[in-house]
Amino acid sequence: MRLLLLPSLGVIAILAVALGALFQYSVLAFVPGSLQTGGFTLANFRSVVSPQYLGSVWDTVVLSLATTALTLVVSYPVAYALARSTSAAVRSALLVLTLAPFFTGAIVRTYAWILVLGNTVVTWPVPMLFTERGVLVGLVHFSMPTMILLLAAAISHVDPALERAAASLGATPARVFRRVTLPLSMPGVVSGSLVVFAWTLSAFPTPELLGGGKVKMIANVVKDLALDSFNWPGAAAFAMVALALTLGLLGGLGRLAAGRVER
Amino acid sequence: MIGRAAVVLLVLFMTLPTVVVVAVSFNPTAIMSFPPAGLSLRWYANALGYPQFQRAAVNSLIVTAAASAIALLVGTAAALALERARLRGRHVWATALLSPLVVPGVAAGLGFLILAAGLGLLRSRLVLIAAHVALVLPFVVRSVWVSVKNLDPTLERAAASLGATPWRTFRRVTLPLLRPGLFAALLFAVIVSANEFVVSLFVSSRLTEILPVAMFTYVVNYTDPTIAALSSLFIAATLALVWIADRFFGLAAVFLLDR
Repeated sequence: MRLLLLPSLGVIAILAVALGALFQYSVLAFVPGSLQTGGFTLANFRSVVSPQYLGSVWDTVVLSLATTALTLVVSYPVAYALARSTSAAVRSALLVLTLAPFFTGAIVRTYAWILVLGNTVVTWPVPMLFTERGVLVGLVHFSMPTMILLLAAAISHVDPALERAAASLGATPARVFRRVTLPLSMPGVVSGSLVVFAWTLSAFPTPELLGGGKVKMIANVVKDLALDSFNWPGAAAFAMVALALTLGLLGGLGRLAAGRVER
Repeated sequence: MIGRAAVVLLVLFMTLPTVVVVAVSFNPTAIMSFPPAGLSLRWYANALGYPQFQRAAVNSLIVTAAASAIALLVGTAAALALERARLRGRHVWATALLSPLVVPGVAAGLGFLILAAGLGLLRSRLVLIAAHVALVLPFVVRSVWVSVKNLDPTLERAAASLGATPWRTFRRVTLPLLRPGLFAALLFAVIVSANEFVVSLFVSSRLTEILPVAMFTYVVNYTDPTIAALSSLFIAATLALVWIADRFFGLAAVFLLDR
């Protein structure tokens, strides 16, 4: 029985070897004009925080924070409707509409936003395409399905009787939400925010296409260095930073999920 | 009332791009307008006749079919082992198998690129397929694992007590009972692999690139609605798959949302 696990561990091992190669390159010197590498160096990591690239790191963190906050606010009502609707048809429709973009693939979705943000549908009062505003809209849209699913799972565990009890004791709907529903759905809020933040940190197609080369997040720098400049060691250092940030955040989430969150 | 209006508005926001893409795909001119000035299928003809898309579609078929089939076999075996085998640290193994989900695309992509270069496989589809198997595996393991958990072991014991060999029990009892889970797993695998973009961008050449990568290159270089037409076909195929999934298993069950 245990042997059945082996093939899958082989697959994971290939991924591990690839990430090992990535780590190895991140500490080797870049030889311009060649895919050969030099000796051990930490210069690649120093260039991550160099003035040339620090802007991208800063933009990435700011955009990720903004995306997380906005996504949380706009996803909560949909998640609440999804968790609490009594009609099976409404639930089903909401779920399909929520999941459809989840399944539509990054390129199709991002292309759609190029059309919408590029003054095809309406003329925007301020430029949207190829700005950070536009990238933010695309990132929020991209993150909503994940956030909605995680929030809905948490909200569906909140006993509606508690909300009814608060309301019958005279609490206004806003107060019921603030004092009962929101605190009890906190596990979903925390896990949704962490997952969205971690994913946005390494977002690639959205800033690449909606940023039009003017907005560079960490992943875009990795692609530029690796595929345009053939500076694999430099790109590897940025990719390692993205990997470390994501694993650190989601590792923290795993520990939270293991039951150290007080409910 | 206000709450309901907000939900409707937000769902509209989520579906707006899809609607725009489909509308623009029927646009008669290269200059995009919304709503379209007329109805035309020329961009569909253009998309289907573009040689690089044809080549990429063939690559997509090969990579997605190979990766989904391998991941289904490997992932099902793993799910059975995770639930049934006497394992120490089951949690650790499960985490390892789900770990590809949390690796950023550019990190995995560049890692596989360096690996492919080291092995001299830059022009082959092997590394691309291996990468897709790894990325799809967590979805397969999760779907099948849930089915194995819900399987009543007394049915298998009944078959065995009536004289069935272990292999026959597996083939005639276990496998049929797992069928919904296996089908959901295959569906996930196909959708995730067919749409995978970031890792594929790093490890494919012009000759091996799959559709999302070819579409990305086209979007970067041209602005006509050809991609809108191709995207509409993608959206139609995906919606059909999601609808089938909902019809046969209930998406709520797949996503463990049932109360």
